[in-house]
Amino acid sequence: MERLIEKWQDKISEVVIGAKKPIKIGGETGIYFIDGEDKCPNPPSVAMEVWDMEPEAWPETLKSNFGSTLKDPVEWAKLCADKFSTDLICLRLASTHPDTKNASGQEAGKTLEKILKAVSVPLIVIGSSAPEKDNEVMAHCANVAKGENCLFGIATQNNYKTLTAACLSSGHSIISEAPIDINIAKQLNILICDMQFPADKIVIHHATGALGYGLEYTYSIMERTRLAGLSGDKMLSMPMINFVGQEVWRTKEAKTGQKDTGILWEVVTATAYLNSGADILVMNHPKAVEEIKKAIKKLIYN
Amino acid sequence: MFIIGERINGMFKDVAKAIKEKDKAVIQALALKQVSCKANALDVNVGPASANPKEAMEWLIKAIQEVTDITLAIDTTKQDVMETGLSLCKAKPIINSANANEEKMKNLFSLAKKYNASIIGLTMDKAGIPKDSEGRMELAMKLVAACVEYGIDTSELYLDAVILPVNVAQPHAKEVLKTIRDSKMLADPAPKTVLGLSNVSQGSSMQYKNLINRTFLTMAIANGLDAAIMDATDKELMDSLITAELLMEKQLYCDSYLEAYRKK
Repeated sequence: MERLIEKWQDKISEVVIGAKKPIKIGGETGIYFIDGEDKCPNPPSVAMEVWDMEPEAWPETLKSNFGSTLKDPVEWAKLCADKFSTDLICLRLASTHPDTKNASGQEAGKTLEKILKAVSVPLIVIGSSAPEKDNEVMAHCANVAKGENCLFGIATQNNYKTLTAACLSSGHSIISEAPIDINIAKQLNILICDMQFPADKIVIHHATGALGYGLEYTYSIMERTRLAGLSGDKMLSMPMINFVGQEVWRTKEAKTGQKDTGILWEVVTATAYLNSGADILVMNHPKAVEEIKKAIKKLIYN
Repeated sequence: MFIIGERINGMFKDVAKAIKEKDKAVIQALALKQVSCKANALDVNVGPASANPKEAMEWLIKAIQEVTDITLAIDTTKQDVMETGLSLCKAKPIINSANANEEKMKNLFSLAKKYNASIIGLTMDKAGIPKDSEGRMELAMKLVAACVEYGIDTSELYLDAVILPVNVAQPHAKEVLKTIRDSKMLADPAPKTVLGLSNVSQGSSMQYKNLINRTFLTMAIANGLDAAIMDATDKELMDSLITAELLMEKQLYCDSYLEAYRKK
């Protein structure tokens, strides 16, 4: 019987991240992993989280992989790049939150500068989820990393202008986030593009749900986004990112389960998102990173 | 929705004058204006008054293609003018138009094959335009059969159920809508459907022409219309089109959906 192969009218935009060793994400002209249809020039990438302060809430099973480097973001980043072969590093500026160390934009900028010098893998830089403080910190950090072509986040419908302007003037890409709402996701991308920001420098985040904690909502929204993008909706034809580690290591199963439960939870969550069209998976556990990279290879090359 | 801009037509005084005076700038401005208003193709018609239609067609196409490589719909009843037009198009052209008259089908479907063109087929023949949907469907079937006979993919056929002016032929509008709906069942892949939209308001009061056009367009979209030859520069008409498509779930909603469509 003849196989029906879907022909899509449009493609997902290709976003380049990094300057020293730039990587490309997106560029799909079909759905991932469908034999004969998946024209995906760039396989999905994996990023590992690095914090600018020790993540106290992380369970010991996760912390133990990084040893003393958890107290030194530069060493931590080097470990992820050299030993764990991560494609990207996702620097979380947790110390800048008013409820943690309330570190200044200048302090965060210095950490960022050191990491940029120490590693050549591309960087994702995200704030502490305190909107007002993020605006101050991210504007400074974007400027510090000028020319490094990083991916900065996170722009939301209520707070996108400062970050967009900062990324625009410093040449970075941006993460636009709408929590499980495809209509707002589209609207936010229009608002960002209205500021003359190029559409091919936007990466979409639909808010990530861990397995058992809303994964299916994110999964179906991501599928719809990808189908709309491939069908010609320019405001949804962007690559997508998922913060898998952040969500998984918050669950009680990962925190209190048996030794490997968290790893499996992270791998299974990430694999689901691969199938719904994720282009970047931000992960935490080195073993989970290793396993998901194997899974990507198998899915792409088998 | 595939929008074929109607403005480069010698029936319009500015175009007739530009053709006569060989004023390229007028034609090129009209072409670019329609493209910027999201026309997907441009209709090209030298008009009835042209002394040398072949030469006029050649001049029009060359003038347009100096500023855009967009799809052109060659709109003429003359076989030699059609062939000249098709031979000059840079993008895959559209023949506007064949009808269910045997000789016309033979001539124009052969040209469609030769130039790899899409083809508009009017549901009319020597006897004229049928008064109801059943009559139109019979002729539509003949046009689909011609596709098969001449080796043209049925999805390259744009069936035009021929809307007549509402001020003189009021019962036709609902017959046209039914034909648009039913045409989809004629073949697999289904033929596309198109309307020469402005005809519906021909002769109506100036004051209501645009309103009649956009109301009929939204009704036709609700019945599955794929394409229209229309005035892409009429902003309210375009807004209605975009909104109708939104309501038919052809586009994902967002607050700036009009802007999003125009960014495409």
